[in-house]
Amino acid sequence: MQKRKRIMDAETIRRALVRIAHEILERNKGIEGLVLIGIRRGGENVATRLARILKEIEGKSVPCGFMDITMYRDDLYHMSHQPEVHKTSVNFALEKKAVVLVDDVLFTGRTVRAAMDSVIDLGRPKSIQLAVLIDRGHREFPIRPDFVGRNIPTSRTDLIEAVVDPKGKEDRVELIETEETKGKE
Amino acid sequence: MKLSVKSLIGLRDLSRQEIEFILDQSESFKEINYRPIKKVPTLRGKTIINLFIEPSTRTRTSFEIAGKRLSADVINFSASQSSLTKGETLSDTVRNLEAMKPDLIIVRSQAAGIPELFARTVSTPVINAGDGFHEHPTQGLLDLFTVRERRKKISGLKIAIVGDIRHSRVARSNIYGFSKLGAQVTVVGPPTMIPPGIEELGCKVSYHLDPVIPDSDVIMMLRIQLERGSGNFLPSLREYSKFYGLNLKRLEQAKKEVLIMHPGPVNRGVEISPEVADGNYSVILDQVENGVAVRMALLYLFCGGAEEVSA
Repeated sequence: MQKRKRIMDAETIRRALVRIAHEILERNKGIEGLVLIGIRRGGENVATRLARILKEIEGKSVPCGFMDITMYRDDLYHMSHQPEVHKTSVNFALEKKAVVLVDDVLFTGRTVRAAMDSVIDLGRPKSIQLAVLIDRGHREFPIRPDFVGRNIPTSRTDLIEAVVDPKGKEDRVELIETEETKGKE
Repeated sequence: MKLSVKSLIGLRDLSRQEIEFILDQSESFKEINYRPIKKVPTLRGKTIINLFIEPSTRTRTSFEIAGKRLSADVINFSASQSSLTKGETLSDTVRNLEAMKPDLIIVRSQAAGIPELFARTVSTPVINAGDGFHEHPTQGLLDLFTVRERRKKISGLKIAIVGDIRHSRVARSNIYGFSKLGAQVTVVGPPTMIPPGIEELGCKVSYHLDPVIPDSDVIMMLRIQLERGSGNFLPSLREYSKFYGLNLKRLEQAKKEVLIMHPGPVNRGVEISPEVADGNYSVILDQVENGVAVRMALLYLFCGGAEEVSA
């Protein structure tokens, strides 16, 4: 038995992204020197949407790239076979830029750790910041987000399903509790 | 996707889906070669042995660079420095290497079947880097990758493989690979250099180059391998060059978007004229460049997780 609860709908997601965009601009005093990198695959569309909102606000586009962190995972040796590697496409220099990493859900922090290593291999940015749509807690690494859409208290075994599409029509975030997950915690 | 084989012996053993998966993965790895820091931590702690019983520079270097860019420790062995010269059997050599716990063994040999023998003898995964006249699967994959990158698809293309088919492992791997992906392969060469029954692999045969050129999307020229006795099958190199060499005059008959390939090393003026080898249609150096990306993907995929090794 699964229990699904809708936590955010298209409109609340839109508002959250607009707020995050403004916070990014406020923190960085404008769009100059700013670049976005979406973490594949959940952060891809979130980054694309944020880039579009930033352009609407500032009238200038911000470079937006995508990064696959599979090659930097810390659990490659614990898997029965190698996970598929997706493409990293960051077609701009990171040197002295303020890099905003973008993901949909922040959980253990391991993905963000891998993403930071990957960013540093691509260049030496001035700073790395983290924007996430959902922070669900249960961090295993000393990592905190700079910009959060919403904090959602979860049990460790819950699932969060975040759908963000480029147009914003099907957007939703749902919390999925299963019988099995309830028994554990 | 999980590959159905533990070792890569030949493209004959892979399905179309597996080949396409490897090519897709190679695209993801290619980007690393353009970074200022060309190294990722993916295979940290893994040990790869390059066992080259037959000499090779390009393939060995390509494997070594691929391994190092993924942070693996790569150890090179060549036959002349090994105990093979002291009379040790190949099976003993590979068992001794296995005892040092490598995660992957790359093997190149003059004799067909050595990689297969190794894969049966030890539990370590083996990648064939070319064995005798049998197969050279990593070359086949990088050729497929190069054509797919340029033409976006392989299905429906016409591929001519020209030269000493008899002694060519590159030809065999490419016949399997291109046929599985839906291309039509024609092998071209003098009758003495076309092994009887090669059609059974799914290719056509032509003893004349000129009629094949106008239809071909890809023309792959093979080297006349004098060290393998190619010379015994030819009246003379000059005669071969006259009938089967690719020069500018022959290229005039080719399609406008034809790709000229060569697995190297090139014998300029024998199978291919310098103007063609260095010309606009040539993707010979793309092949070498893509070889590193394809081998990175293969090392990644065949250096599997810890559980798989112990299982």
